Amino acid sequence: MSQKISLHYDIDGKDFSIAGEASSSVKKVLKQLGVSPEIIRKVAISMYEAEINTVIHAGGGAADVEITPDRIHVMFSDRGPGIADVALAMKEGFSTAPEYAREMGFGAGMGLANIKNNVDEVKIRSALGEGTTVEITVLI
Amino acid sequence: MKISDLISQLDLQLLTKADYEDRPVRGCYIGDLLSWVMSRAKADDVWITVQTNLNIVAVATLTDVSCILVPDGISVEQVTVDKANANGVVVLGSPSDSYALAVAIGGKLQ
Repeated sequence: MSQKISLHYDIDGKDFSIAGEASSSVKKVLKQLGVSPEIIRKVAISMYEAEINTVIHAGGGAADVEITPDRIHVMFSDRGPGIADVALAMKEGFSTAPEYAREMGFGAGMGLANIKNNVDEVKIRSALGEGTTVEITVLI
Repeated sequence: MKISDLISQLDLQLLTKADYEDRPVRGCYIGDLLSWVMSRAKADDVWITVQTNLNIVAVATLTDVSCILVPDGISVEQVTVDKANANGVVVLGSPSDSYALAVAIGGKLQ
């Protein structure tokens, strides 16, 4: 892999049962590129958590992926309500997920913590009423 | 041990297609909170869960578990079975509870 691979995914906010399309697709691409299973797992899990957050909390958004020989960078962006307190949201166990999401096995307040534990860098920028961007970087 | 051994030795029901990749089974994880499972289940584990919604297929794919095992005779929605088939994920069922299944799997893996 000598050049940059850029991928764009729209994340449908209407049906969170289909969330995971972007992470599954990126997983396949990384596998084809010969990236190690450990790195693939980190990217897949952190991307899926971010996808689920985008669907549950923001009603959808987009993921832009850049794969270079030394890193995988993903930017999730949405125009949702924003996060009031990013530091609190990052805390394991804190959740504002609705009941339907909890019934489906989400909303344990582990999503952002899971992302943090699986990536080399995470940057969250959020403004109330404007939206949120979550940037994750995994070094290869 | 492989998935086919698990099915025959524990008398499990294969809910997805008969033509599946007979992957190795090396461990077992029980969990229903999907984020929790994603952070702890290992590749080649049997994942025992009472969740049957579509998202379990994505979680199984991303964590690279060997298969999903649904306990307590819980029925699995056809949409989940269809998605599992499309993604090459094996879903098994059993009337036994999670504890009994994990003990049995543990015994076979030793």
